[in-house]
Amino acid sequence: MTTKNKISPQTPSQTVGPYFAYGLTPEQYGYNFKSWVDNKMVDPSKNPNAINIFGKVYDGEGNTINDAMIELWQNDGEKKLFGRYGTGTDEDNQFSFSTIKPKSVDGQAPYINVILYMRGQLLHSYTRIYFSDEQELNQTDSVLNSIPNERRDTIIAKKTNIGYEFNIYMQDANETVFFKI
Amino acid sequence: MSKLIYSQFDMEVQPPYLAPEYKSTILRSPSKPLIITKKTLSELSGPIFKDFELGNLDHDLTKNAIKDGEPIGERIVVNGKVTNELGQPLPHTLLEIWQANSAGRYVHKVDQHDAPLDPNFLGAGRCMTDANGNYKFYTIKPGAYPWGNHSNAWRPNHIHFSLFGGDISNRLITQMYFPNDPLLEFDPIYNAIPKRGRELLISSFDLSVTEPEYALGYRFDIVLRGHNATPFENK
Repeated sequence: MTTKNKISPQTPSQTVGPYFAYGLTPEQYGYNFKSWVDNKMVDPSKNPNAINIFGKVYDGEGNTINDAMIELWQNDGEKKLFGRYGTGTDEDNQFSFSTIKPKSVDGQAPYINVILYMRGQLLHSYTRIYFSDEQELNQTDSVLNSIPNERRDTIIAKKTNIGYEFNIYMQDANETVFFKI
Repeated sequence: MSKLIYSQFDMEVQPPYLAPEYKSTILRSPSKPLIITKKTLSELSGPIFKDFELGNLDHDLTKNAIKDGEPIGERIVVNGKVTNELGQPLPHTLLEIWQANSAGRYVHKVDQHDAPLDPNFLGAGRCMTDANGNYKFYTIKPGAYPWGNHSNAWRPNHIHFSLFGGDISNRLITQMYFPNDPLLEFDPIYNAIPKRGRELLISSFDLSVTEPEYALGYRFDIVLRGHNATPFENK
């Protein structure tokens, strides 16, 4: 019945702009307005499985972007976690999140959805974070395998001694794989 | 309907990543084609706001930052309906809003525009759609302000909106503009949208929402892509 209805055109997207901080990440930037969500998707002091994911966003000239905002969303059927963080309060323009690694669903490699916004993006970008210490599942994952070999590593966070490093490159040789979803 | 679950951004109304007139897009737009992927559980769901407790004044930007007086400027009420592409209302959708004050100045620490800050106005708030997809909030009409994109560049009056529908594929950040704004035709951010999409971002004056002796009313309806009133958590 409803399929015969007229389809309404989508509301166009616009940039988040450089001044999103007090609307979307107010406590992080020190504004007197309560944040409804931040980068602590789990409390690392209470959760033995907590992991730290951190990284920077680079523009086409290799400069770090200080007015990007990252949202992480993960749903493995058991745990649903959402986090949000801006790159403008760290002197290295870094973002960081405390979360847990999602479990594998239907044989896929575990991954986290990333939604990326910044001044200069009229439309947000989607990417995914996979994990370097999930080699076996990564090798058989159908999404990873749909990506040209030489670009696959751009969405695999590297395990280091302080967490998982995930840098995002907007353009060129190292350009992060972005998805159409 | 299942087809609509997989609807993509409609590039006949959506802006491209690269719009050189808006200079910041040049180094910040992906240069390689996006990779199409099948949606799985994580893409077909998103954060749920039913349990999120809005503050009493979150929907009223004319009051939520008052320190010692009323904010300066023209009080307005903004209302509208949030629907999907089939016209079905989306209940419990969170709208986060932020904007400049009536003088065109953002509270943001790096905004250098030489216009006064208003001690009684933060310019940020949020509201949620009701069971019928309707939302409403109060604010001060934002001013225009200059920016460094090109010589004599001014942003038209606008309010930023951030919305979540039922899943992360209908995530939207947009800007609401005002009717008859002479700056629109010169604005590269607005003009980055294909022509047939542009008018969708202009609110309309709405006398039926205008509150006598208090505030002028504007209507701004929002359509999120995809059909997904509820997350598909059970799949």
